Amino acid sequence: MQYIVAGAGPAGVVACETIRKLSPDASITLIGAEPEPPYSRMAIPYLLSEIIAEQGTYLRKTDGYYEQMNINRLQQRISGIDASASQLKLDNSESLDFDRLLLATGAIPINPPIPGVDLEGVRHCWTLEDAREIAARAKSGSSVVLMGAGFIGCIILESLVKRGVNLTVVERGDRMVPRMMDDTAGNILKQWCVDKGVRVLTSHSITAIEAGEPLSVVLDSGESLSADLVILATGVHSNIDYLQDSSIETDQGILVNGYLQTTHPAVYAAGDVAQGRDFSTGEFTVQAIQPTAVEHGRVAATNMVQDNTLEHQGSLNMNVLDTLGLISTSFGQWMGVAGGDSVCIVDRERYKYLNLQFKDDVLVGISSLGHTENIGVARGLIRGKVSLGQWKVHLQKNPERLMEAWLACSVGVA
Amino acid sequence: MQKALLIDPDKCTGCLQCELACSYEHEGVFNPSKSRIRVFTFHQEGRFVPYTCTQCAEAWCQQACPVDAITLNSETGAKDVNDSACVGCKVCTIACPFGTVNYNHSTGKVIKCDLCGGDPKCVSACPTQVIVYVDADQTGYEKMRQWAKQTDNSPAASA
Repeated sequence: MQYIVAGAGPAGVVACETIRKLSPDASITLIGAEPEPPYSRMAIPYLLSEIIAEQGTYLRKTDGYYEQMNINRLQQRISGIDASASQLKLDNSESLDFDRLLLATGAIPINPPIPGVDLEGVRHCWTLEDAREIAARAKSGSSVVLMGAGFIGCIILESLVKRGVNLTVVERGDRMVPRMMDDTAGNILKQWCVDKGVRVLTSHSITAIEAGEPLSVVLDSGESLSADLVILATGVHSNIDYLQDSSIETDQGILVNGYLQTTHPAVYAAGDVAQGRDFSTGEFTVQAIQPTAVEHGRVAATNMVQDNTLEHQGSLNMNVLDTLGLISTSFGQWMGVAGGDSVCIVDRERYKYLNLQFKDDVLVGISSLGHTENIGVARGLIRGKVSLGQWKVHLQKNPERLMEAWLACSVGVA
Repeated sequence: MQKALLIDPDKCTGCLQCELACSYEHEGVFNPSKSRIRVFTFHQEGRFVPYTCTQCAEAWCQQACPVDAITLNSETGAKDVNDSACVGCKVCTIACPFGTVNYNHSTGKVIKCDLCGGDPKCVSACPTQVIVYVDADQTGYEKMRQWAKQTDNSPAASA
C-alpha cells in the first residue's frame, strides 16, 4: 500500500505514526511545503519569547526519527489532485501515485483587505520564516503594531511584550478574543493587558499601511501610528485552494463523513483543513485547534488502513491561552445553549471570571479567566456527559468546585 | 508488573502530608499549590479525597502536547514532563479530562505526577495508608480507564 500524507503539521505526523503502527510494511510519504523538519506553529510564540530555540518547535525531537519510522519525507507544495487517477500533483509538475491519501494541509493566514499588507515589515506570524523576520525587527524599544486580538494575536502579544517592544494592538471587535470569550471576560482580559502597559485599541480598524521607515499605520479614527513592524493576526482559513479543479468537495474546509473520508473514497482529510464533526453540536465545522488535529490524524489514519472501522465521535472545541500570565480557557458551548442555564462569577479586581453552561443537569460549556486548577476536568465532565444531579445545584452555588463534582458524579468516590 | 497509586479515600483524614511531601520532593518547598496530588474536601459529608494522575493508557496529555514534551517512562509507566522541552502552552492542562495536569505558577510550565521515579513520596508521607503503591491491576482505576476508552478514538480502544 502507498500512503501519502500531504501536510507535515501535527495531524499529518500523527497520521504517519498511526499508519506505521497499524501497517508495519506500508510505504508512507509525508509531504511538507516548508524546508524545516515537521514543527509546531503553536510553539512559535515561545521561540519569539526565547524560551526555546528553533529545534524546540519540532514535533518530534529524536534524531533520525522519521528515518527510524521508515517515513519518507518530501519537501514540495501540492498543486492539485486527480482523484480518479489516484494521483497527487506537485508544484514541480511531478505526480505521485497513491492508494490512500490524507489531506492535512492545514490553514493559511488571511490577508486583511487593506492597502499595504505586502510591504516589507508587514508579516503574518505563521511560519518559522515569519518568526525569523519578526525576531529581526521586534527588538527592544522598536514599535510594533499587532493587527487582531484573537487567539493567535493574544499568544503573539505575550512574546512581543517579552521582547521589550512598544506594542499597540488594534482589534476590530469590541473586546479581546471575541470567539473564545464573552463581552465581560474579553474586556477583563483587555484591562489586564492595558494594566500591563500594552496599548489595546478595540472597536478600531486599520485602514491602510503606508510605506516608509518606519511604516505608517492608518486607523479608522484618522490617527496614524508609526511602526517598525506590523504583524497581521486577522484569522486563518483552511488551505484548500489547490482542490478547485478536483472532484473533492469543500465548504469552509474539506467535507468529510464520520470517518474523516472525503467525497472521494481513497482520500481522507484531517486537522485544520478538515470540516470534521463537532462533539457538542454534531455539526461539521473547522475547529483548527491542536487537540482536534491530533485526534483527526489518528482517526483518519486508522480508517485509511482499516477501511472505516473507527467512527469519529466528534472533537470538543477547546482553547487555552496565556496572555501575559493571565490564563483563559474555553470549552464546548461556552456561549450557552437554547433552553440551558448557567452560572457566572466575576471578580474584576483580581481579573477572575468563571462561567459554566448547563443543559439539564449536564455541563456543556465553560469559559474562564484566572481559574486554572484542575481545569481539564471540564473536558471530562462535558465529554463524558456526566449527569450532575444534586451537584448542579452545588456548582451553581460555587462553580469552582468542578473537580469535586467530577469526583462525586463520575469517579464515585465522594 | 508495573505499579500504580491506589487511593482509598475512606481512610483520609485531610492532613495534607501527601501534598507537602509531593511539593517538597519536586519543588524543594512545602507549598501545597505546587503539589501534583491534591486532597479535595467535601465539608458537608466530612470527607477528604486525594486525587492525582492515573498514568492512563490513553495519555491525553501526551497526545495533545505540540512539542513532544510528555513521554512514557518505560520503567515506571508514568507519563513524565520533560521540563526543558515544555514551552508552557498548557494545552495538556485542558486536554487531560481528569484535571490532573496543572502548571507551576513560578515557571509557567506544566507539572504532573511522575510517581517520583518509582518511589512515590505521597505514599511514604501518608500516616493512614490511604495512598499505597501496588501492582497496577489492583488500583481500581480500571473503571476510569474504561471510561477513557469510551470517549476516546484511539485504535486500541476500538479493537
